[in-house]
This record gives sequence, structure tokens and C-alpha cells, in this order.
Amino acid sequence: MNLDSKIPSGPLAEKWTNYKASQKLVNPANKRKLDIIVVGTGLAGASAAASFGAMGFNVDIFCIQDSPRRAHSIAAQGGINAAKNYQNDGDSVERLFRDTIKGGDYRAREANVYRLAEVSGAIIDQCVAQGVPFARDYGGLLDNRSFGGAQVSRTFYAKGQTGQQLLLGAYGALSREIARGTVKLHTRSEMMDLVVVDGRARGIIVRNLVTGDLERYAAHAVVLATGGYGNLYYLSTNAMNSNGSAAWICHRRGAAFANPCYVQIHPTCIPVHGDYQSKLTLMSESLRNDGRIWVPKKKEDAEAIRAGKLKPTEIPEENRDYYLERRYPAFGNLVPRDVASRAAKERCDAGYGVGTGYAVYLDFADAIQRLGKDVVEQKYGNLFQMYQKITDENPYETPMMIYPAIHYTMGGLWVDYELQTTIPGLFAAGEANFSDHGANRLGASALMQGLADGYFVLPYTMQNYLADQINVGKISSTLPEFDEAENNVKQRLERLLSTSNLSPLTSRQKSVDHFHKALGKIMWEYCGMARNTESLTKAKQLVKELEDEFWKSVFIPGSANEFNPELEKACRLEDYFELAQLVIDDAMHREESCGGHFRTEHQTEDGETLRDDEHFMYVAAWEYHGHGQPETMEKEPLVYEHIKIANRNYK
Amino acid sequence: MNFTLHIWRQECANAKGHFETYKIENISPDCSFLEMLDILNEQLITGSTPHSPLLTPHSPISHPVCFDNDCREGICGMCGLYINGRPHGNDDGITTCQLHMRKFKDGDDIWIEPWRAKAFPVIRDLVVDRSAFDKIIQAGGYISTTTGGVPDANTIPVPKHAADEAMDAASCIGCGACVAACKNASAMLFVGAKVCHLALLPQGQVEAADRAKKMVAKMDELGFGSCTNTYACEAECPKLIKRQNISMLNRQWISALLGRDKK
Repeated sequence: MNLDSKIPSGPLAEKWTNYKASQKLVNPANKRKLDIIVVGTGLAGASAAASFGAMGFNVDIFCIQDSPRRAHSIAAQGGINAAKNYQNDGDSVERLFRDTIKGGDYRAREANVYRLAEVSGAIIDQCVAQGVPFARDYGGLLDNRSFGGAQVSRTFYAKGQTGQQLLLGAYGALSREIARGTVKLHTRSEMMDLVVVDGRARGIIVRNLVTGDLERYAAHAVVLATGGYGNLYYLSTNAMNSNGSAAWICHRRGAAFANPCYVQIHPTCIPVHGDYQSKLTLMSESLRNDGRIWVPKKKEDAEAIRAGKLKPTEIPEENRDYYLERRYPAFGNLVPRDVASRAAKERCDAGYGVGTGYAVYLDFADAIQRLGKDVVEQKYGNLFQMYQKITDENPYETPMMIYPAIHYTMGGLWVDYELQTTIPGLFAAGEANFSDHGANRLGASALMQGLADGYFVLPYTMQNYLADQINVGKISSTLPEFDEAENNVKQRLERLLSTSNLSPLTSRQKSVDHFHKALGKIMWEYCGMARNTESLTKAKQLVKELEDEFWKSVFIPGSANEFNPELEKACRLEDYFELAQLVIDDAMHREESCGGHFRTEHQTEDGETLRDDEHFMYVAAWEYHGHGQPETMEKEPLVYEHIKIANRNYK
Repeated sequence: MNFTLHIWRQECANAKGHFETYKIENISPDCSFLEMLDILNEQLITGSTPHSPLLTPHSPISHPVCFDNDCREGICGMCGLYINGRPHGNDDGITTCQLHMRKFKDGDDIWIEPWRAKAFPVIRDLVVDRSAFDKIIQAGGYISTTTGGVPDANTIPVPKHAADEAMDAASCIGCGACVAACKNASAMLFVGAKVCHLALLPQGQVEAADRAKKMVAKMDELGFGSCTNTYACEAECPKLIKRQNISMLNRQWISALLGRDKK
């Protein structure tokens, strides 16, 4: 594998400017001759496709939902970071860069992160021009709030629906290009294979989810913007249809997969309550601006609460343990997500949990007293309503109960500075790539990265790639590589459906969801918030056994030639079995704790992460060698020229 | 809790649909409506439905019930079922995925149908094709910007009340409940919400008249009906979008027709 990160020369602050000044461009007449495929219509995909279309390229864009506006970016609640320094509180590009590198526990690439901070301001300008109704103050100017891992207020927001509004902005820009004819939209279409011709990504095979037909699309370049693989854990804050398959398919075709073990566990989600549960709902990090997190100080109080004999409001102030404020006085309730999650787990494991025992309180009583109910409602009304609908409890009167849940995956397809994977012509953007968040992502940075990639990075780097493609001519979808890929998909679907040909149905048969839930439980239990050699060894064995059982007893109804959600789920689960093995292997090999990756063997006396910079300051990029074969790993060393490496300290 | 479900089954767009009855037992009141359907589907797949001895694994009615869903937290707009005669069921300000079984009584009969509208043809069972909404947006539901070349975000102050009202209108999730609730299957609330969101902001006023005209024309072309002025749409909107958006749409549209713009 070629892991050349292609970081431009020069001082950090000038790298992106230098890159843009010296990159190759494609003239307007030639842009019309070039085709680009974009898979995914979330923030990264929609913004990239809209930008490419406006530049004059021919774009085909695909999503699995019925409309591009459904992509899971829509569910992001809290906000988007940008180094505008509108609050005059000491923010700057340099500060956002440093916070992001530090938040990622010094496991992200300096040059990428600096560029992200550098373009962050332009994102806000772009969104406002599109009509994104960000919150404003009485003077009509933009308002900000604070998020975890920062001591400034740099987060722009639109109520608790920021992701929705940003996505609708990008969707509007995309819709305009569709109307102008530069972008063709394909909904209810799932990418099933990547077509590589002479070492370059040249197209995709797509399954029309309504008819089941397999379709071929050819292009000069392919952009993957299909999000993360959090649903590997079954219960997560991700949407039901979010999946890791498109990225995994590219990995099978030769794209390196980087840092798969870096999975973010979000501290503030509604706790698990039953086996039938299909997802965990996030309560925005913005709530930690005003909410205070606590558990009872006395174990007997916690027990009484769990037994329903005591109400949280009956516990006096002195008997409450505001453990984040106690352990991290400098950042308090606004420590980064991995730190807050582990602290909640620590208290619950020690027997101080409430609810089922795996929950802590997020209390707004102080905020309501300080600001008044109206102000709290204005700021967080929709989140409170959402909480009440799910739990049947009124968070204005009793504290919310929360617990950490799988939320985001920092790992993803390895990309260089140009966001190009190890397959030339295949680019990855947004959560699908690994590039900017190191071992832990800060709140409100996912939206920033998705839009940075789509609006302000890919439109440049894509030209640099396509500049020497202007004489290639139209790529034909009748090439033998397309035949091979389509046959590959056909066989795969037949193989899956053939497991269900037993008739009559025997009691041994189980649904796809049954196996997905079982896989999720294994991963959460043994490769979740805390990992060690023993648990990972066990996870590996259990996943293997589960996969064997899947092939023996899964039942997938219907055929490949119809609308068949069970078949879609089966394909995705088949990929998760392989991906799970890689996540475990990566977690096993990384003998240190950093960010979201916590190895219990490697912690300080106070239970904080203990990095090993001497041996693990690198990106682990894995190469696929066939089903059941161990993957091999290559290292991309992380070189910090600009920032001073330090221990992460939020105390 | 136990329920009797009457679910609309339809194999594909051209097939004739019908109601099928299923019994379901031991459902937790904390279970969401879609999780209850997950449980039903699990039973259909594994052949363990308690009161459906007629079902055999490969018969079409034992194919799991198809329904659209995605985020399951009320924001993506993907889910949408017509439950006991109400879009998104018997609660206010929620989507189907936010409806919980505690809202029903033990032993209830529950009738589950897809959105019924000419412009939303059925794909399978409870899944409908809402691409008409995308087409309406493509007709002009945006501000014409291209990437880059825009002014600093704070150069255009927006009065707080305008920003707040625009936000309320912009919170539409495009689920289609307004159309399903309307006797005429009108999309006025959906169109009104987008037109108002953009017309309330200074950035969006440049194209406002043209936008209203084009979006309304597209809505008519795609087979949505006229406004009944009964405001069933407002009553059923999961995001509580107000009918004032329709009044403002009418104002925008009329002033566009009266030639305030040059086209």
C-alpha cells in the first residue's frame, strides 16, 4: 500500500494556501467532459455534489433513503464549530486547531486538522448565504454556545436541530444543481460494489432498492460519503439504515481502512431499557452547557433510587456527587466525550448508578432557577420534548437519566491530504474517512468536517486528480471489470438467499436482526468503552462463532428482485462480521489508551488514558486479504512539527 | 399489552392491496410503535406469530411488513404511518417513531395504513414514494448560491424574530403527514413552510416571488390538490408548522402573479 499522505511543504499555516496555489486545475470546457459519482447525500456528499455540479462537472449522486434530505447528518443536534471569534473570547484558527488535536488525543494529522480549522469560518458564511436560520441575538447577529473540550464559545446552532438545518441548506444547493441538470439524483439506491479499472476507481454497482435491479454507473472518480459504522454495535445513536458497507466494499477492493478501533461513545444518551429496543437516542452535548451531571454520593441512596423508594429530587445537595465537576474542575461538565463517558461508567460500575443501574442524572434544576424555565425551554425545548416522549418523564421537574452510547466512528477509510484513498480516483469524505478527529472527536466538529470536505476541500483536490483525466474519454460501463463486479454482487445475493431455502421453516431459523443484536452485544461488552487483551480475545472468538451460526440458521424472506429490506440488512450484517474482526484486531494491537480507545491495562492511577507516544504515534492502516484471512497493517507515522505534544489534561 | 393489528398489505405499486389482521402479545408500554412492528416482523420471519396459524413462511403475507423508517428520533422524516385514522397516530407533535405503545389501551384494535395521496404512490405495504416533495424543492425551494464567494456571515443582520420565525418554518421534516391529513391531499403546508422560511430572511427575498410561483406550479403539476382551508395539516404536523405559512404563501404567490417580479 502506498501511504503517502501528500502533506504540502511549508509552515503549517501556509500549507493549504500553497497547495491551492500550485495544484492543477480543469478548465470549464473540460469539466463538462468529466463524470463524478458521489455516494451518500449527508453533509459531505450533498455539499460535494452541489459544489462539483456548480463547477460544471457531471455528477451522479446516490442515497439509500427516499430523499437526500433523510441522510443521518439531519439528526445532529447541537451545533457546528467555527473559529469566527465573534464572541471576542480569544478564539482563532490556531486555537480551534489545537483544541481539535488535543481533543483527538494527539492521534490526528496536523495538516488536515489545521486546514479544517482554517476553512471553518467560510462554512458559516456559506450556510448563512443559503438561508440556514442560525440562532441570533437581539442585534440580529449570530449567537454561539460552548461545547466539550473548548474554553471558548465557537459553536453556531439552530435550536437543537443544527444538523437538520445545515443538511437542508446543502440539500437546497444540491436541489438547485439537480434542477440545472448538472447533478442526477438516484434515491433508494444502494452501492453494492466498487469497480476498479487499471488500478483506478471507475464506477459502482448499485442495487435499486425498489425493484432489486442491479445498475452500473461509470465515472472518472468516485467520492464515498456514506458515514460511519457505529451500527456495528446494533444499539447506537445512528439511524437504522446507516451502515458501514459501502466503505467496507471499498476496503475489500483495496482501500486501506484506518484506525477502526477509534469509536466514539457519547456520554449523554437515553439509557437502554429493553431487549426490543432498536436504537438509542442522543441528548445533545449542548445540554452540558447548563445541565449538571451527578449520581448519589451514598451507595444506599443509589440503591433506594433503583428500587423506586427514593426520588432524585429528594436527595439534598450535599449528598450528590457532581463527579465531573469534582474530577475536572477546569472543564467541569464540558470535558470531552470520551472522558465524560468513562467517568459515567466508572460511577455506575462502582454501584452508584441510577435507573437500571446504568444511568446517571443530567440535572437542569440549577439552570431553571438561574435562567428561568422560559429561557431553558427556548434553548433546549425540542430536546426536552423528545426526552419526555420517549421516557414519559418531565425533565423540567425531575433530572434526565442518561448513559453513554455508541455515536460516531473516528476510524474509516484511510485518505491522504487530498482525501484520496489508497485506490486512485476513490475519495472519502465526512465520517467515512478517518482523517481529522484522531482518537476522539469533539462535539460540533462532525458537521464542520463534513461541510469542510464537501464545500472547501474536495472541489480543489478533485480538480488536481481529474486534470490529467481530460483525454481519457467517457468511461464505459460495459468493460469486463463491470461484468465481474456485477456478477460478484449477484453471487453474493444468491449466497445469502440460499441460506433460506429450507422448507418447511425449521425452528432453528432466526432473523437478521437477531444476529445483529447478538453481534452488537458482543462488541459493546468486550470491545466497547473499556477493552483489554482478555475481553478482545473473547470477542474475537464469539464473533467467529456467531458468524458461523448466521450462515447456518439465518432466514431471509423474499427474493433479490423485489423491495426487500431483510435482504438489505443481511448484506450489511455480512460486512459487519468482517468489520468487527478488524475493529477487534486494531484494538488488540494498539497497546495504549488514547481518546475513545481505552485499554484497561494502560491507565493512570486516577483512571485516565495512558498514551504510549513512543510506540503508537501513528495511524494504523489495514489491508484486506480475503474473507477469514488476517489483515496486514502499515503505519503512517504522525509527525507533529507545530504543536507541542502534551498529556491531555482537563483538570 | 396485547393488540390486534389491521395492516395494509400491498405487494407492489400495481398490486391490489388489502388489510391483513395480526395479533400481537406481551408488548411493553415503553416500546415504540415501530419497535412493536419490529417485533411483529420478527415473528413473521421466524414463524412464531401467536395467532396466525395460517401463515407459512413463504407465503406473501408472511413477508415482513415493509415500512419506511430511519433515524427513529423524529427528525429524518422517513417514517409515516396512518394509524387509526391519524397521520403519525394519536399524539401531538410527534412522528410515528416517537409514538409509544403506552398511548394505546390494552386490547386495542389498531388500523395501520400508508399515506393515501395520488402524488405518493405505494411502493410496498406501508412504503410510499414521496419523491414529489424533492421535485417541488428542485423547482425553487432554495436560495441560489454557489460554493464560495459569499459575504461574511455577520454582514447581514437578521432581526431575531425573523430568524426565529424562519427557523420554525424551516423545521419541516418533509414527512408528508400534511398531505396525508388533507382531504384534497394538498401540499400547501409543505410548500408554505419552505417559501416562508426563505422569504423571511433577507438572503431569500431576492428570489421570493419567483420561488413561490414555481413551487406552487410544480405542486399543482404533480397532482397535489388545492387547500381545503380546514387546517387538518396543521393539526397533524409533527413539527407543529403553523397554518400562517399557508397565508404567507398565498400572499407571496398573489403578489408574484400581480407582476411584482419581471417574469
